Formats: sequence, C-alpha cells, structure tokens
Amino acid sequence: MTETNEPTTDVTFSELAGEQHTPPRLDPDAPPVLTVDNLRMWFPVKSSGVISRTVGHVQAVDGVSFEVPKGGALGLVGESGCGKSTTGRLITRLYKPTSGQMYFGDNRQDIASMSNRQLKPLRRDVQMIFQDPYTSLNPRHTVGAIVGAPLEVHKVVPKKQVLSRVQELLEVVGLNPEHYNRYPNEFSGGQRQRIGIARALTLNPKLLVADEPVSALDVSIQAQVINLLQDLQKEFDIAFLFIAHDLAVVRHFCPEVAVMYLGKIVEIADRDTLYKRSHHPYTQALLSAVPDIKQAAVGGRRERIRLEGDVPSPINPPSGCRFRTRCPIAKDICAKVEPPLLQIGPRHKVACHFPGELGKAPEQPATTRLLGLDSAGSPDASVTPTEVPQHPGYDKTWYDLERQEMVSA
Amino acid sequence: MTVTAPSTTRADASGDPYLVVEDLTVRFPTEDGLITAVQGLSYSVQKGRTLGIVGESGSGKSVSSMAVLGLHDPKSARITGSIKVDGQEVVGLPESKMRKIRGRQVSMIFQDALAALHPFYKVGGQLAEAYQVHHPSASKREARRKAIEMLDRVGIPQPDRRVDDFPHQFSGGMRQRAMIAMGLINDPSLIIADEPTTALDVTVQAQILDLLQDLQREFDSAIIMITHDLGVIAEMADDILVMYGGRGVEYGTAKNVLMRPQMPYTWGLLSSVPDVTGDTDAPLIPIPGNPPSLLSPPPGCAFHPRCTHKDKVEGGAVLDGPARAGAG
Repeated sequence: MTETNEPTTDVTFSELAGEQHTPPRLDPDAPPVLTVDNLRMWFPVKSSGVISRTVGHVQAVDGVSFEVPKGGALGLVGESGCGKSTTGRLITRLYKPTSGQMYFGDNRQDIASMSNRQLKPLRRDVQMIFQDPYTSLNPRHTVGAIVGAPLEVHKVVPKKQVLSRVQELLEVVGLNPEHYNRYPNEFSGGQRQRIGIARALTLNPKLLVADEPVSALDVSIQAQVINLLQDLQKEFDIAFLFIAHDLAVVRHFCPEVAVMYLGKIVEIADRDTLYKRSHHPYTQALLSAVPDIKQAAVGGRRERIRLEGDVPSPINPPSGCRFRTRCPIAKDICAKVEPPLLQIGPRHKVACHFPGELGKAPEQPATTRLLGLDSAGSPDASVTPTEVPQHPGYDKTWYDLERQEMVSA
Repeated sequence: MTVTAPSTTRADASGDPYLVVEDLTVRFPTEDGLITAVQGLSYSVQKGRTLGIVGESGSGKSVSSMAVLGLHDPKSARITGSIKVDGQEVVGLPESKMRKIRGRQVSMIFQDALAALHPFYKVGGQLAEAYQVHHPSASKREARRKAIEMLDRVGIPQPDRRVDDFPHQFSGGMRQRAMIAMGLINDPSLIIADEPTTALDVTVQAQILDLLQDLQREFDSAIIMITHDLGVIAEMADDILVMYGGRGVEYGTAKNVLMRPQMPYTWGLLSSVPDVTGDTDAPLIPIPGNPPSLLSPPPGCAFHPRCTHKDKVEGGAVLDGPARAGAG
C-alpha cells in the first residue's frame, strides 16, 4: 500500500506519478463470475384507499443481461432513474427479482430464486460498497465493530481473532490499525469510504458491487479511493460491478461498460469501442454532454448533441424503443418495434434500429432483415426473420452492419 | 438533430469590474474557537464574464460568495475587508439597504432546487413574489405575466400551465430552470451560481450550462460559478480562482490556470480527475492526505502538509512550472 491517511511528505509528486495504479485490462478469455440473464424488477404501484389494488408497475429493470468476468470490472452507467442502482441491489439480493436468472460462482448457482436461508453462504462472496460514507456507517458503532460484524455474522474466525483480522483489513485500506476503537464521526469522508471498503472486503468476496463509490467525495480524495480499489482488485482478484454516473471515472476503472436507459441496456462494449465508436444515439449524447477539461482549455467544447426533455416515466414507458421520445434520429419503426440488443462486433452489442457512429447513422433501419420487417416497421412476408440470440455473453459470430449478414472473426 | 457549436470567444468586456472583492476575511466564532473560513481573498468580475471558483468542501468558496449577498448573520460572522458591488460597499451595509441589492443587482442560484423552492407554494407564485419585492408597484397580474415570461425564457414547456404547478410536480432539471428563472426575473447584473448542476445528470447539466451561457449573452450579466467540477469550470469560466483552506491559491484566466497551473494544489486537482478522451492507461495521481482543519490551519501555506514540492524545485512534462508560486 502506498497510501496512508496521514499526509505523505517524504514522497515526491513524480514518485507518486510513477506508482503503477494502472487501470485493469480486458481479459477476453476470463470466465464469468456472474451471469445475469433477462433480469426483471417490476415494483408494483398500489392505488390509494383501504383496498389497495395494484394499478401498474414501475419497470425499474426490464430484461437486462450481461456477464461480469472473473477479476474484471463491468461499468454500469446511465442517468438517474435508469435502473442501474436497482440492478446492483438485485445482484446483492437486497431485492428479489420479478423474473430472470443470475448465475453466480463456480457452481453457476442461480441466486435469483434462492431463499434467504440458501443465500446466506453466498452472501459472503457478493458484497457492496455504498455511495454515501456518512449514512452507510452506524454512528454508534466503533470502526472495529463495523468491520468485524461480517466475521461474527458468518462465524468465519473465532472471536479472539476478530480484532487482528480487523486491524489487518484497516491496514489494507490505508487506515491506521490502531484506530479500530474510534467512531465514524472521527474520520473524514475519504477515510469513512475506506472503512466501508474494509467492511466489504472482510469476507474475501469474489464480486463487489460498488454503487457510486466516489461520487460523494472531494475531487482530490476520489483519486485516492479509485487507486485503492484498483490495487485491491489486483491483489485479491475481485470482480467489480461499478455503478456510476460519471463517465470519466467509469472509463478509467472499467475495461467493459454497459449503458442503461429506462431499465434496459442500450449498448454494451469494451471501453475503447464504447468511448470511441459508440453506435447508439443515447451513448453518443451522454458522451458529448460530459465536460472535458483538456478540450475546453485549448478552446471550445466538442460538438454537443442536445437531448430535449426528460426521461419518460418507467411506469408507462414509450412503445417500441424506449429512447425514441428523445432520440434525434428516431423514425416510424422505432415506435412500432423494440430494437433487440444485437451483437455488431466481437465485443459490442447495441439496441438500435439505426446503429452507427456519430453522424453516420444509416438511412434505412439496419435491423429489418433480421426481424422480418419492412422499413416502416410492419411485418414483411417476403423476409424470414432470423433468430437474434439474446443471451448474456458474446458470440463468436455477429451481425455485420455493412454487409447486413452474420459474420465471424 | 440539434448540434450546437458554442461560441468560445466572447467579446472582452471593457470598463470597470462590476464586483470587486478585496482582502475579504470571514470568521465564525464557535465553541471550539474562531474558525477562519475565508482569509485575505481578492477577486473581481466584469459584466459579461464568468469567474469560476473551484475548491473542495470547506475551502471557503460558498462562504465568500454568501458574503457578497450579505447572507451571513452579523451576530455570528465577523467580516472584514471590502466588497464593492457596482462601486457600492456592501460590507457593513444595513439589512434594509442590502435587500435592495439582493435579487435586484446580485442574485443567487442554489444547488438544491428542491430545498430552495418552497414546497407549499406554486412555482409561479414564488417567481411573482421575487418580482414584486423589487417592483412594489407591479400588479399581481403583471407579476404573473412576468413569471410566465421567465419560465418560457428558461425553456419550460407550456409555461402558462406549468406556472400553477407545485415544485414537486417539476423534474429535477425543470426545478433548476425555475430557480434560474427566479434568479433572473429582476435582470440582475451579477449572478452567483453555487453548484448549479451538481445534483443533475450530465445531459440535463449540459442543457442548464447552455441556458446559462445563452442568458448571459442576452443580459450581459456577470456570473460567478462555484463548483468542484473542473470540467464544468473549464467549459464555463473566463477566469478561474482556485481556493484552498479559505484562501485563493491561484487566480488567472481559464487558459492559464488549466494549461499552465503554477500552484501544486492546482496540478494535483488536474491530475487526479480522469477525463473521457485521455489515455486510459494513465494512472490517476491523487493528492495525499486530507483537507486542513479550519480551526487550526497549518502555519504558512495551508497546503504545505500535502504538498510534494514544498522544499524541492522540480519541473517536468506534466508538472510544468516553478515549484512555488501563487498566493497563500
């Protein structure tokens, strides 16, 4: 560990810069530690009155599929209300999903349908880091009690050894191990987040769900925590589901990124593809809205796609493509048919009828021949629909947008 | 598709600065001792220009701007120095005179629009009230018309209907727009925007920032933009003031501060944020340690316990500049 909570004065800036906190690289052959298949979470909306009937559903997560590779990191980005936090809470089984499967671990057990009793041994392997280090730590418990609680709940080590394990963990996250008997209010925001991380590490998890782990921290502290998470990932081979709205932080941390909009994944790809050659108009709009220091400093912003209006209600989402109400390139077909999440590259899937790089969206919908439709979105008898695979991982073959047929590597 | 290429070169506003802050110090007596929240701060803003104030929590960026609006209780805050709004000294001004300035000449846009708008009153009523305070002769009808006009100007659809909505019926972005409408209803010459987009999504943030720039061009107002987000500052500001531990540590044009920062703290800030276009393999270089306590600030430069350059002089490709510079 190069980081301490005490001001480091004997390390020069350039020495710090030389420290290798390099972002993780994509390992395409890593087996998945978690496979999420068609996951759905619909919260019932009850009518008011004595007899409350279910009058609708908030479709917070609606058919989401992805894989998190072992020791890797998948970023989940999107605007507030897109369902990214709900997805995180489903994976930690803080909610029971409405439908869908989540296969976890070496035995590929489906944790979506397990009872709480069956889940208990698995809860060790999936832990969560929360956004707000001020509300996620009990102010009346000492740091030792907070970090040691998982050990006692799961009876992993004898009581006598809890303290030494706690101190070891505090040291790992860069806190003074002698501070185990202090209370959370004696620590700064960044240090509290480190306590939250230590607690998540207590049981040697295989998967960490980090829900906005740095967005509540000051800028200079954010980088400390990101570097810590990267060091831990390397050291303990932990897989991350990294949920954040900050596209720059996600780009730095995650070799693979999924973009969510209104409960669905609209684009998922490896980092370079997503940030340099995104094919979905929503991803492009999100990226163009991020202020860029370097660009602005040399003069002017990048061209910006202005999205009009707000995200529609997830209780009554738009028909067809959910993004069409704000999409700058939407056509008739988008209101009629929902675009499937189509694999268009070795590690690139996109859900759009008009996928293309910024400014190069095709005139005619690219999906019609696959789906057996004419260009207005009505069924076309002369074209036989092809089965579009909708499973979580990537295939060896994919749909080539230029040639309009399936190709392989 | 609406692709906007924003204008980057603004005509340099000539003439005297609209706001001049000189040697401003704000202290708060507490049970634990005297807290010096702002110390010896000086800056100025001209009409038509934007000053960005960057700093971490506790750096004094909000406290200093609240002093401009006279929002500190004279019983609990000790303010020394000088704040001149359009040539008029504001420090020590009685509340009755301060009220004439507040909202009329200088107005503020707050971060949390849900907390800043009253939940019991209709949005239109709150806007109309802000107008009537400074236009006592205006009729209710006139004030309502003005409220609708402002809602329309900040881009709220169907303003004649939405004017009768309550704040909770607005989305986050619309509430922030309503806040901006309220801040601009009396055509103030100086707008202080305190983290106006921090609570918003990036797409909505982009809308609000565009709106602020359009309105600034239209009204030729001066803007002080307070934020911790360097990206927002880079896009909005003409000048940048970096604050640390209650002091201004670096002050200059946006280009100079971002491209040729002189103060190690500014280097640290710039190297600790990732960006969306840079090298993905470049590691983040954090600033070690934590921000200083305002109760017992370190002697000398407040940044020195975290500074990796305090006694060494070194230059480099990344860290271009002399080792020590700036105030503080």
